Amino acid sequence: MTYLAKSILLVAGLALAACSNADRFGNNGAGAGAGGDAASADSASDPKSPLYFQEAIGDRVYFEVDRQTLDDEAKQVLDGQASWLTENTDYDVVIEGHADEQGTREYNLALGARRASAVREYLESRGVSSDRLKTVSYGKERPIEICSEESCYAKNRRAVTVLASGLTG
Amino acid sequence: MMRLLGNLMMMLVAAGLWMSAAQAQDGPLRIEITDGVMEPLPYAVPDFIPENGAAEEMAENVARVVAADLSGTGLFREIEEDAYISRITSFSSPVEFADWRAINAQALITGSVAVEGEDVTVKFRIWDVFAGQELGEGLQFAGTRSGWRRMAHKVADEVYSRITGESGYFDSRVVFVSETGPKDDRRKRLALMDYDGANVQYLTDSTSLVLAPRFSPTGDRVLYTSFESGFPRIYIMDVADVDRRVLQSQEGTMSFAPRFSPDGQQVVFSLETGGNTDIYLMDISSGEETRLTRAPSIETAPSFSPDGDQIVFESDRSGSRQLYVMPATGGDAQRISQGSGNYGTPVWSPRGDMIAFTKQSKGRFHIGVMKTDGSAERLLTASFLEEGPTWSPNGRVIMFTRETQGAQGQAGLYTVDITGRNLKQVRTPDGASDPSWSPLQE
Repeated sequence: MTYLAKSILLVAGLALAACSNADRFGNNGAGAGAGGDAASADSASDPKSPLYFQEAIGDRVYFEVDRQTLDDEAKQVLDGQASWLTENTDYDVVIEGHADEQGTREYNLALGARRASAVREYLESRGVSSDRLKTVSYGKERPIEICSEESCYAKNRRAVTVLASGLTG
Repeated sequence: MMRLLGNLMMMLVAAGLWMSAAQAQDGPLRIEITDGVMEPLPYAVPDFIPENGAAEEMAENVARVVAADLSGTGLFREIEEDAYISRITSFSSPVEFADWRAINAQALITGSVAVEGEDVTVKFRIWDVFAGQELGEGLQFAGTRSGWRRMAHKVADEVYSRITGESGYFDSRVVFVSETGPKDDRRKRLALMDYDGANVQYLTDSTSLVLAPRFSPTGDRVLYTSFESGFPRIYIMDVADVDRRVLQSQEGTMSFAPRFSPDGQQVVFSLETGGNTDIYLMDISSGEETRLTRAPSIETAPSFSPDGDQIVFESDRSGSRQLYVMPATGGDAQRISQGSGNYGTPVWSPRGDMIAFTKQSKGRFHIGVMKTDGSAERLLTASFLEEGPTWSPNGRVIMFTRETQGAQGQAGLYTVDITGRNLKQVRTPDGASDPSWSPLQE
């Protein structure tokens, strides 16, 4: 794959992330409130805005099948998240772990928790205070992509860092 | 209340996997469980006799539900009314056995229904046509108009029980998750229905994601997982008044995959802390918790043996998901699944001799059964995605979730015999998943 093709893919991925706010799930999502604020009140060009966090920094990382290992690309995204969170201390986060549909409900809940926890530990190791971080697993219950192919599964095996404002004590 | 014919002398072959209708014309009418080839037993159930004008519609409906129950097992085959030579015109008049023999009805079920205001009385008799005599004694059930289907199920349970020598499973309920909406915005709510999909009631609304309800051993309470708080937590609900409370709400953890102990006093479940999931036991009344596993791997989907002594669960400690059995007090676990692929959601059978499970292998999912030591594994079904088996009260049938492939994929409930035969969808108004079968109702 050429460098150009890779960047186009990356841009496409970011656009996708932007149009799939956590608030689509209404009251179900732990970070539903923050997602709603982000979409309405901020612009992506303001580096302090949650939308900037979602789009420019990247609010999610992806995993291999049955794995919670963070690859270099994921670590790069999380490094960006960690610096942003260190500068924008008004926000707490809920890290949502997700799995693709290949697997039982129970196992996928446990697997999503492993993924969310891997992100949490990484952010902590990069200096984000642990009392700002919560985790939740949705297992395979909240797919972003709905086809039953690897192209969709790869997008669903994710951990999303959802900002929650006004919770910092 | 009921008296069973004492001398059916059913041979319950422990490893018996195939059912056959014994075409016995001399001995008592029966279906014997053997390794033979299945041939459904032909029977007739004419519309019951209405004892008054108000009972006319119900008399017909009761007979239809009895027929649906019996034929639905795959063990019985109904002879349609078109073939009848003689009619049943009164509950007490003698049966013309020759007319029923001529159409090869081996069993004949006759009955009557009386309706007085809200009160309903159902009487029935079972006839062994070739022996030319009644099979056991006639019985009578009293109930209310709204409970007419239950009375029909009780009739069918009694027929099933007298002819097979095993208890039935028709007068039972299933708690499950009702699903609506597209795959990326699915709404889930707890629902309850009769085993055959009738009388659906909703126990929660769809504002919070709910998963995997489990009936208590007496069918009066339900354990389930809800995201009501924003995080998965175990709740317990009283079915009669839909009163619920959170059972496990330790901050910073996730609890899920609960099941009752056989005495209904304890809950075995998964608790996640810091990304690691282990199995715990909780005493419901005191809230006291005991940790049963202690490993960095995922331990989940625990299920008690019916004697309460052991727990089967799923773990990926070996690198793939496999099934393990440990003492109910925790301690050394023995791996029982030996095949390739991933195993999950083990459930101990009510008879105690088998474990049903989900298997994922080569991109397909299966529901299967194995003996409790892991031997004699048999896969009963195969499809793109299926999981979550639950046993019928008599341990003869397994209900499970099957989900279809692709963007339009939807979940539905299916049943299959432990023989692997008689795969059928249970009709539900919307999508449905995560069934849990109640015991037979009192």
